[in-house]
Amino acid sequence: MSVPAEWYLLVSALLFITGTVGVLIRRNVIVMFMCIELMLNAVNLTFVTFDRMMGGLAGQIAVFFVLVVAAAEVVVGLAIIVSIFRRRASTDADQVSLLKW
Amino acid sequence: MNSIPLLTLTLFAPLAGAALIAFTPKDAGKAVRLIAFAASLGSFVGSIGVLLIFDSAEAGFQLVEKVNWIPSSGASYHVGVDGISLWMILLTTFLTPISILASWNVAKKVKAFHIVILILETGMLGVFMALDLLLFYVFWEGMLIPMYFMIGIWGYERRIYAAVKFFVYTLAGSLVMLVAIAVLYFIGGRTFDLTELYGAGIPAGTQYWLFAGFFASFAIKVPIFPFHTWLPDAHTEAPTAGSVLLAGVLLKMGTYGFLRFSIPLFPDAGIRFAPWLAVLGVIGIIYGGVVSIVQRDLKRLVAYSSVSHLGFVLLGIGALTVMGTTGSVLQMVNHGLSTGALFLLVGMLYERAHTRKIADLSGVNRMMPVFGGIFLFVALSSLGLPGLNGFVGEFLILNGAFGPIPLLSIIGAFGILLSAIYLLWAYERVFTGEERLPEGDRRSIWRDVGRREMALLAPLLVAILFIGIYPKPLLERIEPSVQRVIESVQGNRR
Amino acid sequence: MVRLAAQGGTELPGYIPLIPFFPMAGALLLLLFRRSIGRGRWAGIVASSVIGSSFVLTLMAVGNLMTMTGAPEERTLSGPAYEWIAAGGLNVAMTFKVDALTAVMLLIVTGVGTLIHVYSIGYMEHDERKATYFGYLNLFAGSMLLLVLANNFLVLYVGWELVGLCSYLLISFWYFKPEAAAAGKKAFLVNRIGDVGFLIGILLIYAHFGTLDFDEVFARATELQGAIVTAIPLLLFVGAVGKSAQVPLHVWLPDAMEGPTPVSALIHAATMVTAGVYMVARTHVFFEASHTAALTVATIGAVTALFAATVACLQDDIKRVLAYSTISQLGFMFLAVGVGALSHSPVAYAAAIFHLVTHAFFKALLFLGAGSVMHALEGETNMKKMGGLIKTLPRTGWTFIVGWLAILGIPPLSGFFSKDAILVSTYEEGWFLLWLIASAAALLTAFYMSRQVFLVFFGKSRSSEDVHPHESPSIMTGPLVVLAGLAAISGMWLGLTHAGPIFRLLEPLFGVHEEAGTEAFLGIPEAGLVMIAVALSVLGMFLAWRLYLARGGEERRAALQERWSGLASFVRSGYRLDALYGALFVWPGKTIANVAAYAFDVRVIDGAVNGLAVSIGRSAEGVRRVQSGLVRRYVMAMLTGAVVLLALFIARAN
Repeated sequence: MSVPAEWYLLVSALLFITGTVGVLIRRNVIVMFMCIELMLNAVNLTFVTFDRMMGGLAGQIAVFFVLVVAAAEVVVGLAIIVSIFRRRASTDADQVSLLKW
Repeated sequence: MNSIPLLTLTLFAPLAGAALIAFTPKDAGKAVRLIAFAASLGSFVGSIGVLLIFDSAEAGFQLVEKVNWIPSSGASYHVGVDGISLWMILLTTFLTPISILASWNVAKKVKAFHIVILILETGMLGVFMALDLLLFYVFWEGMLIPMYFMIGIWGYERRIYAAVKFFVYTLAGSLVMLVAIAVLYFIGGRTFDLTELYGAGIPAGTQYWLFAGFFASFAIKVPIFPFHTWLPDAHTEAPTAGSVLLAGVLLKMGTYGFLRFSIPLFPDAGIRFAPWLAVLGVIGIIYGGVVSIVQRDLKRLVAYSSVSHLGFVLLGIGALTVMGTTGSVLQMVNHGLSTGALFLLVGMLYERAHTRKIADLSGVNRMMPVFGGIFLFVALSSLGLPGLNGFVGEFLILNGAFGPIPLLSIIGAFGILLSAIYLLWAYERVFTGEERLPEGDRRSIWRDVGRREMALLAPLLVAILFIGIYPKPLLERIEPSVQRVIESVQGNRR
Repeated sequence: MVRLAAQGGTELPGYIPLIPFFPMAGALLLLLFRRSIGRGRWAGIVASSVIGSSFVLTLMAVGNLMTMTGAPEERTLSGPAYEWIAAGGLNVAMTFKVDALTAVMLLIVTGVGTLIHVYSIGYMEHDERKATYFGYLNLFAGSMLLLVLANNFLVLYVGWELVGLCSYLLISFWYFKPEAAAAGKKAFLVNRIGDVGFLIGILLIYAHFGTLDFDEVFARATELQGAIVTAIPLLLFVGAVGKSAQVPLHVWLPDAMEGPTPVSALIHAATMVTAGVYMVARTHVFFEASHTAALTVATIGAVTALFAATVACLQDDIKRVLAYSTISQLGFMFLAVGVGALSHSPVAYAAAIFHLVTHAFFKALLFLGAGSVMHALEGETNMKKMGGLIKTLPRTGWTFIVGWLAILGIPPLSGFFSKDAILVSTYEEGWFLLWLIASAAALLTAFYMSRQVFLVFFGKSRSSEDVHPHESPSIMTGPLVVLAGLAAISGMWLGLTHAGPIFRLLEPLFGVHEEAGTEAFLGIPEAGLVMIAVALSVLGMFLAWRLYLARGGEERRAALQERWSGLASFVRSGYRLDALYGALFVWPGKTIANVAAYAFDVRVIDGAVNGLAVSIGRSAEGVRRVQSGLVRRYVMAMLTGAVVLLALFIARAN
């Protein structure tokens, strides 16, 4: 007996919502970052689920792309966060509105 | 056809000079000037060669060179001259070395200045030589950039404002033209080739829209009232060389565009809108003249007088008669010479007095009689004194316009009164009367015309007198080509 | 120079184009090398010999003309010198033509011109810009010769504008005086007003004939129909009014006296200002075709003659009197050509040209005499500060008196014959009112000229103590003597009767005079008219004597002054026309220009352009607020966008 696909999708949706809400309501950049990772992985889960349903490979390959991009993003993002923290001694996202008009 | 690609050589000689300058050391100011002068002179020699080879009996394009450029989109490197562009090319290659010579005292970023001026020359020549719409558009836009830098870097106090205004205003018009070119490309059988597009048989309704698209760009460039306000700012704030080339060459591109593109490409629209062009021309003559009268800045006065003079050119084109339009082409040359010379003279005056305000100057003639005499001579040519160049053009225009549109011609004739008023009144205030020196200036500054200055003015003065007394060499080359344009339009009359 | 074949008529001899070419080349030479030629008398000698050579060539041409046989109409030398403008069917060559009328003008321009050049050598002795002066003078002579030699309208127009330029240059020759510079500009601009009319007339002529050549245009002039018959001559006349300083465009000539005096003599008395008369005479077929145009010419002429004479009576400046006098005398000439056109009277035309000739002699003489007086008094021009100069300046004085008697029309001096020819033909052709006006003008002429002579040369000296008048050098008085001789005898020589040489000479042009036939008004015979004219002159002389020379004149003048002071100052100012034009044209014109330039152009047009730019900038300003930099807001926006898009997709799917 296998778990029906809907369950996977449900988990994925829950993960995505958790991530989205997290990004929206938390102000700590590191937590926001983790929430973004959560969203990415929710998408990954969806990819894999559908891939399994359709019996193809493309979705799984896309997952690898997402993983690579996420890794790259973490590298750059954390570097930015560290440098901002060094400058401002804070990881509050709302205080880092440097890129406005 | 011809073994030496003379047009291409003429076209790219300045660009080669610019490349050479890029590799000269930064502090070699003198070498930079000499290279620039030599390159522009080389281009002038090339254009003289073109003039010599040119067959005055032939109305079509000559010395044509055609090479595939972007075959997939039907664009080619296609250049050639006819009796109309021949004189525009000569005017460009004639005025550029003079402008370089006039900028001998420019001390700021000498290298960049000369690179810019040479790129500009290639751009201007390209506009007049191109027989391919895409090629034309590339040169047309490409020319804006060096002129933008010229005004923005080497200009006077309000240079940034003037440069941005000039750039944005002209670009806005060009974009509309670009759309029209694109439409024309698809309607006209997927080609940018001008000779193929002539007589493409576009439906009249479409012609009107395309004419309007080209009009936007050319009207701003001429400039036609009420799109003229970039002109006084750009001309006034530009350095002398910039003003000379702006007035001498760039302004002709609008009226040249009407003759080369708008009217022959869209003959039905040409017939329909020509009277309105003439009306706009007459408005320009009168309006430009009236506004010039009360200008307080000598350079601005000369700038506004261009609006009036280009109005004459437009009147002649709007008349759509061989006589009037031939007069227009001649008047384009005349205006380049006379107004170019006036800008040179105002620049020289500024170098000495450090002011261009009419109210600050008086009795200059007393200190610099030769300069005053030359200024008067050029002013007289500008106000259309018989025996000098301006008169021949203006008379042909007025006489040519009198047949189809007598009332406009009569109103236009009052332009010769206005030009006398603004030029002679300004001359009276600046050059005659008691001498008055601007605060703190010494008499020694007021040296009369020097040797270099004489060398750059003399060719202009000779040309002004020559065209006035013996315009035949120009007219006999202009007329066949103009006739071809007019016949292509009038023959299409429905 | 002659490259093209003559178009009909006799071929143009090669030396004819040299007549205007010599002075032009001289001008170029003098102006280009003014520094090297400027010392000593060289500039004057070069200039004089150049114009002198033109005079010799003119004599050759006249000799050539006189030995010609054939029908009178064919006794001309004409042809093109070179092709000038050819485009779109227009074909204008530098065509020249010498016929009787041109020959007369050529002789005056080169003859009187040479005398005045010579005189100038003395007059401009101490001016450091001699070379420039003589250059301009030569340029003028060349332009004027071009004008009278022209055989088509455009070449005529070229000369026409060029003489205007030279007038401008020479009036403002002492440009450092603001008044001189302003006067020069005024002359040019007022002339240009006339020139615009002339130019439009030329455009009309070309539109209707398709050519600008005199011979063809005149031959076909009668083809015209409708309003154009009147429009063409009137427009041409507008040009003549400007150039010949007729009312209402006369205002420049009195101011033109700021220029050197020989210039006033040459340009503003003898030659340039008569170009208008020449042009009307030359184009007389147009005027004959239109009664309105001809009547306008005659009326403007008569009115100008009287108007300017009244103003001349009250001027104190020695040159301004002569300036207004010139305007008045030109009015006489226009009256004559107008009458000629009105009544198709060859005698009236010839009388106009006759008066043009004699006037050139005596008015040049008077101007040069005035110059000699000013030279003697170190530049003084106020006649109130002169007096009794006949003793110290005998040669100037006596020649001036000859000129005075000539302009008065005292027989047998030249003015008598020419002025009476005008008055008599006006009367005999039945234009009684015009004759009356002209006679009144003649009376005033006698008055103001006598006043001038009495004030300057007779009575007690009123000049200040430290001025010691001295007679001018013989290089100046020589031309005076020659001119006095011409002013004295030219009348008898040229036009003793209607069969005189000048009338005969001009017959091919204006037609043959048929003796008598016209019924004289009131039955006054010609001798009577002549007597009336002479009596008027004597009366004017007498009045001037009573007021300015006789004992008790001072008191009489004071009484008049008291009674009429308001009117006098009104007339003295030239009927305040300068102020009127200022208020009517100059001020509104400047206001309009200011409004156009600073309110309309800057505010409205440029305002619209900048306004557009600013409004684009403003809206960008608003839009950029969205870019808050708050990451969470961006996420929110993204999410909203995603939800909206999703909703749209779902809605479309259903």
